[in-house]
Amino acid sequence: MAEVEAYLGMGGYGAFIWAAYLLATLILAGLLAQSRRALKKQEALLLRLKSIRRGDSDD
Amino acid sequence: MTDSLGLKRTRRQKSQRVYTLLFGLTMLGLATALVLNALEDSIVFFYSPSDLRERSISPEQRIRVGGLVELGSWKKAKSQTVHEFTVTDGKNKITATFNGILPDLFREGQGVIAEGRLKNNRLFIAEEVLAKHDENYMPREVADALKKSGHWNKGSGSRRSSGEPK
Amino acid sequence: MHRYANPSRFIRIADTIFPWAGGIMITAFAIGLYLALLKSPADYQQSEMVRIMYIHVPAAWMALFTYAFMALSSAAVLIWKHPIALLSAKAAAPIGASFTVICLATGSLWGKPMWGTWWVWDARLTSVLILLFLYLGYIALINAFDETERGGKAASLLALVGAVNLPIIKYSVDWWNTLHQPASVFRLDGPAIHPDMLWPLIIMAIAFKMFLLTTLVTRIKSELIAARVQNVQRSLHGNLADGRG
Repeated sequence: MAEVEAYLGMGGYGAFIWAAYLLATLILAGLLAQSRRALKKQEALLLRLKSIRRGDSDD
Repeated sequence: MTDSLGLKRTRRQKSQRVYTLLFGLTMLGLATALVLNALEDSIVFFYSPSDLRERSISPEQRIRVGGLVELGSWKKAKSQTVHEFTVTDGKNKITATFNGILPDLFREGQGVIAEGRLKNNRLFIAEEVLAKHDENYMPREVADALKKSGHWNKGSGSRRSSGEPK
Repeated sequence: MHRYANPSRFIRIADTIFPWAGGIMITAFAIGLYLALLKSPADYQQSEMVRIMYIHVPAAWMALFTYAFMALSSAAVLIWKHPIALLSAKAAAPIGASFTVICLATGSLWGKPMWGTWWVWDARLTSVLILLFLYLGYIALINAFDETERGGKAASLLALVGAVNLPIIKYSVDWWNTLHQPASVFRLDGPAIHPDMLWPLIIMAIAFKMFLLTTLVTRIKSELIAARVQNVQRSLHGNLADGRG
């Protein structure tokens, strides 16, 4: 337990180091997730529009 | 016939755009270089003790002095917050006094930047002290081993006016 | 040139790249974080604080690299009016801006305990802040118009002009006295970093580069499909108008 605490403390710099890693993780993960979500949204939209168009031409 | 002519024209347009861009970028680069050169004095973050010698700086002017903390020069008063140390660039030096908390990296033989006012040619009253670290990274054991074997050559990378301790 | 301007072809390439780049990214982050946070030694001067370097430095490299990519794409836009180049630059801008934010924020967190300040206006820090503003300006310009093409020219010009900032950032620490230290890795006389610290840095740099690649192909593909969506929408509206008329 004490070992883990000492590790997380990072020689007194824990707050700075973990804040930096947390911030970087949040920004990178957030950006990648947002990019994937936007892509899925556009793909779904394109599929729907195409089916509408096909429906139109069938009429 | 018209097709090949049309193609030729767009190709010429394209190479013209390339030349225009290259010319524009060259001019931009030159202009930037001239501006940066002219602004050199305000871009420089600190003066070395030798720079101070060459310039006449009035005591009212707030400036920054940078260099290395001379080995063995750091004196602490009893109050623990009053410090005195010598900033050197290898050629010239100046003594600085500071009342406050020093950054963790403040060490003799390491880089330092002090902001404050010149009292006279030999004394600088610092109101803020920043530690400047060099670009060398190594484990403690390696540093100790290097020092022990006499291969300690910290200056190898410090080409800046912060100078080297000898 | 226009061989690469085929959107379907690009989407196929993107679909091939994505799983590979993503896989390498995850592996590199796993190894890199293990080395950076657990295995690598403390520094002789900065002790544990050196661990911030393993994200700060790759983020800084990628901030510059992404801008260089954006500037080159923008040159292709202005010279060849290459449509995919415009979408590539547009897709890269938010990624580069994110790298720059990470670089500035981690640098600040590093500077407070080591230098004794969160921020100073020295040449290196200021020029990197300008890089962030260039990214933000580009993003604002290219999104200012409904049709990407219209804002595209102004934004591309800004990206290209802003490229003069890249050598200024790189050499700021050599040309002027700065609080920031000179380069540790890319120097004429070899790296000034012990191998035990250089390896985690290199592996984290690979992870960051793969992050750029995965996110970039995702965003470009997204832009290409969005363009198709617009086309289909336009043709649908056209059909409806024809039907009514």
